[in-house]
Amino acid sequence: MRGCSNRSKQNQGKAVCMTNCPTLIVTVGLPARGKTYISKKLTRYLNWIGVPTREFNVGQYRRDFMKIYKSFEFFRPDNEEGLKIRQQCASAALNDVRQYLAEDGGQVAVFDATNTTRERRETIIQFAEQNGFKVFFVESVCEDPDVIQENIVQVKLCSPDYTNCNTDEAVEDFMQRIKCYENSYETLDEVLDRDLSYIKIIDVGQRYLVNRVLDHIQSRIVYYLMNIHITPRSIYLCRHGESELNVKGRIGGDSGLTTRGKQFAKKLAQFIQTQSIVDLKVWTSQMKRTIQTAEALAVPYEQWKALNEIDAGVCEEMMYEEIQESHPLEFALRDQDKYRYRYPKGESYEDLVQRLEPVIMELERQENVLVICHQAVMRCLLAYFLDKSAEELPYLKCPLHTVLKLTPVAYGCKVESISLNVDAVNTHREKPEIGPLIDPRLVRHQERCRHQNCGEDKPPLIVR
Amino acid sequence: MSCNQRDSAEAKKNDVRLNGKKCSWASYMTNSPTMIVMIGLPARGKTYMSKKLTRYLNWIGVPTKVFNLGVYRREAVRSYKSYDFFRHDNEEAMKIRKQCALVALQDVKSYLTEEGGQIAVFDATNTTRERRDLIQAFVKENAFKVFFVESVCDDPDVIAANILEVKVSSPDYPERHRERIVDDFLKRIECYKVTYQPLDPDDYDRDLSFIKVINVGRRFLVNRVQDYIQSKIVYYLMNIHVHSHSIYLCRHGESDYNVEGRIGGDAELSPRGRHFSHALRDFVDEHKLSDLKVWTSQLRRTIQTAEELGVPYEQWKILNEIDAGVCEEMTYEMIHQTFPEEFALRDQDKYHYRYPGGESYQDLVQRLEPVIMELERQGNVLVICHQAVMRCLLAYFLDKSAEDLPYMKCPLHTVLKLTPVAYGCKVEMFYLNVEAVNTHRDRPIGKIPKDSSLIHRRNSYTPLSSHDQVKRPRLYSAGNQPWLPLAPTPSALMPEGLESQTQVGGSCLKPCVKESPMKAQRNLVALSASD
Repeated sequence: MRGCSNRSKQNQGKAVCMTNCPTLIVTVGLPARGKTYISKKLTRYLNWIGVPTREFNVGQYRRDFMKIYKSFEFFRPDNEEGLKIRQQCASAALNDVRQYLAEDGGQVAVFDATNTTRERRETIIQFAEQNGFKVFFVESVCEDPDVIQENIVQVKLCSPDYTNCNTDEAVEDFMQRIKCYENSYETLDEVLDRDLSYIKIIDVGQRYLVNRVLDHIQSRIVYYLMNIHITPRSIYLCRHGESELNVKGRIGGDSGLTTRGKQFAKKLAQFIQTQSIVDLKVWTSQMKRTIQTAEALAVPYEQWKALNEIDAGVCEEMMYEEIQESHPLEFALRDQDKYRYRYPKGESYEDLVQRLEPVIMELERQENVLVICHQAVMRCLLAYFLDKSAEELPYLKCPLHTVLKLTPVAYGCKVESISLNVDAVNTHREKPEIGPLIDPRLVRHQERCRHQNCGEDKPPLIVR
Repeated sequence: MSCNQRDSAEAKKNDVRLNGKKCSWASYMTNSPTMIVMIGLPARGKTYMSKKLTRYLNWIGVPTKVFNLGVYRREAVRSYKSYDFFRHDNEEAMKIRKQCALVALQDVKSYLTEEGGQIAVFDATNTTRERRDLIQAFVKENAFKVFFVESVCDDPDVIAANILEVKVSSPDYPERHRERIVDDFLKRIECYKVTYQPLDPDDYDRDLSFIKVINVGRRFLVNRVQDYIQSKIVYYLMNIHVHSHSIYLCRHGESDYNVEGRIGGDAELSPRGRHFSHALRDFVDEHKLSDLKVWTSQLRRTIQTAEELGVPYEQWKILNEIDAGVCEEMTYEMIHQTFPEEFALRDQDKYHYRYPGGESYQDLVQRLEPVIMELERQGNVLVICHQAVMRCLLAYFLDKSAEDLPYMKCPLHTVLKLTPVAYGCKVEMFYLNVEAVNTHRDRPIGKIPKDSSLIHRRNSYTPLSSHDQVKRPRLYSAGNQPWLPLAPTPSALMPEGLESQTQVGGSCLKPCVKESPMKAQRNLVALSASD
C-alpha cells in the first residue's frame, strides 16, 4: 500500500505538498445504456481496493423529490416545469458530491445521470474546477436493440417508477422516455471534446475510445472498465475439503485432506457434473488442500499463488487457544480490528485484498469459474461481489463443504448456498465483545520482552 | 478460449514451456502463441513501441521477440540508394519486399512453434489491407492469435523529432548528411501514404482485435480485446509516454545490518548511511529536478534516507527488499553453515531460487510490476530502494535477462540516472563519495556441481499433484512490514541500552498500520501485480 509522508510534514510546519485531488466520474449516455450498472460496479470495486467512493444517482434525487412518477411526459424536452425540477435535482446531487469529496473524506464520486448535452457537461466541468476536482467522463454508447431490451427488462421494470404498470405499458413508456433524450443527445466528440478526459464504451465493450487519461486512478478505472463484461455466467466459490489441521483446530499450515475432506472433493466433482456448466475454469491456490480437492474433479485447473490462505506469521499452525495463551495481547488486538490487524511476520485482511486484486480482475474477464480457496480468501472475494464493508468482511460465514454460487443479476449478485452434505468442523469465530481498547505499541513492546525472557532461540530483533 | 479446454492435464505435462518449470504467471496465463502486428507510416513510433513492449513482456516472463522487416530488407538489399526503392510502382522492389515479409513470417513461425516463444512482434508498416490479409492467412494457418497495434500521427513536430532521433543514425544512411536524410525520409513516407489503408473499425476491420494509438497516446481506440495478455498489452501501451524524463535509482544509505554483513531485516542507517542521505540531498539540489517524485519502501532504512531530502515522498510496501524467509538477518556465512543445501541451491539458479518462507527474484519481479507501470506513467522520479529490488528495476530498463539480473552491480551510495533515448536507455552512474561496505556477491564460477541429488524445490507455477509429499515452502506475503512507532518512543518502552529514537527524526517513523480512518482513506492504493 502506498502511504504518503505529507501529513507528518504538516506537524513540523514544513511545506504541505499535493495530495491527490478527488476525482469526479461523470457518466454520459441515453437511458438504458448501462450507466447505473457501470456506476455501481465501479463504486463497489474502488471501495473494495480501499478508495473511498460513492455514487450519486440523479434519478434517485428526482424520485425523492417527485414522490410519484406519472409518465414519460415529465421528460419531454418542452416540459418546462419538468426541466426545472431535473435541474434542481442535478444541483442538489452536485452539492452532495462536493460535501462528500471536500468534507467527508471521499476520494471518488460517481455522478450517475444522462448528461447528454454539452451544456450540462460544461456546468459540471465548471463545478469541478471551482472545487479542485478532476473530471473523468464515462460514456456508454449502444444501438443494439436486444441489449437495450434486456436492460429494460432486467432493471427498469422493477424500478419504483413502474410499480403500478404492467410490463407492456412500462416498456412502452420507457421507450418514449428514451426518445425524449435522443434529439438533444450530443455524444462526446473527437474534435469538440478533445481536451476532456474520457472513455467511450461502445456496444458493451466491443470497442473503447480513450482520451487523455491524466493519472493513476483514471488509468486503473479505464483498465477495470475494459475488463468487465455482461455475458451471463456464474462464479462458484468454495473452500478446500476439510484438512488435517482443520480437525486439530489449528490455523494456516499446509496439510492434506481428511477422509471427510476427500469425500467432499468427490461430492464436489458430482455437483459440478450435475450443473452442466459450459467451459468451466477451475482455480486453486498453491496449497496442498485445495490442489487435492481440485484433483478429484479430474478437469484441468490452474494454481494461483495469490489464492493462498492468509499468512498467520508467528501464529501459523497454532490453535486459537494457544495463541491466546502465548500472545494474549496480539489476540486481543486482532479482535479489536480484524480487518487491519496484521499477524507478526504475517498478513492482514487488508494485505489479502491487495494480493487478490488481480484475481478479481481476472474473474471479471472470465465467464464460468470455480474457485477453490480458503476461509479468509473466500471472505475477501465474497466481500467484493456482495459489497461488504471492511468491518463485515472478516466475519462473513464461509463454512467448509459448502459451495456459494454467485450469479450477477440486475445491479447486484444473486447468491445460492449449496451444502454438499458432508460433515466438517466449524472454523468460524464470531466477533467477540470488545474489552478496553489496547494500544498496539504497548503490545509489541511487551511481546518482545516476553520472548527475550523466555530465552527463545531467536528473539525478534525487530519490533513488529 | 477453447485453447484452454484443449489443454488436458496430459498436454500440459508435455508442454515445453511448463516443463521448463520456471514460467511466470503471466507466461502461464498466455495460452496460444500471439502475433502482434504493428501498423503505421514510417516514423510513427512502431519500432519504439515494439522494442519497449518486447522488453516489458520479457521482463514479466513472457518470451517475446521482435521481427523487424527493415532488418530483413537490409539483408536482402545490401546497399540502400534512395527512397525510390519504396515507390509503389517499383515492381522489382515490391517483389523483394514481399519476399522479405515471407521470410520474416517463417522465422516468426519457427520462434513460436519450435523455439518456445510466446509472442512475436512483427514490426513493419503493414499499411495495406493486402499485406494484412496475407498475415491473417498465415496466422490462421498456424493457429496463432493476432493483435494489431496501429500508430497514427499527424503532428509534424512529432514526426520530425522522430526522424532526427532515430532515422538519421539508421544503417540506411551511413553518410549522415542530415538534411539529405530528412528529405529522403520524408519522400519515403510519401511513398507509403499513397497506398495507406488505416484500420477501419466501423466496417472492414471491425472483427479484428486491435488498438489504435493516436498522436502518441493522446487517444486510443481499442477493439475486441480477446484475452489476458492482450488486455495487459493494451494497459501497458496506454501507460507509456515519450516525454523526456529521468529515473534515478539508488539504494538506501548504508545500514547497521549492512555493516554486520546481515541480509534483510529492518535496521537503521549507520553514520555513513546518514552522511549519504545528506549527500543525496545535495545531489538532488544540484540537479535541479523539476517536480521530482521520491519513492521509498516501507523499511526504515529507505525512509530515513528520504527524510533527509526535505521533500515529500511516497512509501511503497512493494518496494520492500526481497524476503529472505528463514534466512532473514543472517550473514552469508551463517546461512552457509545452517542451510548448506539451500545456499548451494541458490547459487545454482539465483533468479528462480526461493528462500524457504521467503521470496525469489522471480516473485520480486511480479511484485514490482505496478512500480514499473507507474514509473512509465510518471515524469522525474527518484526511487530509494534495496539491492535485489534495484536489480529487478534495472533489468527492466536495461533489458537484462533472468540469468544476469541477480548479479547486476548495485553498490551502496551510488545513484543511477536512467534517461530513455532512441530505442534504449542511457545510464549515468553517480558515486556520492561516501564510503560503504560492499554487499555484492559475484556469480560463483563454475564450481556448482549440477548435482541431481540436490533437492529441487518446486517453483510456483508448475501444476503440482496431490501426491507431493515434500513439505511445500511456506509462501509468505511479499515483504514484512515493520512497526514504526508514531512518536519518539518514551525511554520506558525502549529496550535497555538503546537510546530513544528521537535523533533519527520522530516524524520519519510513521505508523504504517493503524492510521486514523480519515487518513487511511486518502491513500491511493498501489496494488500487487497479477500473480
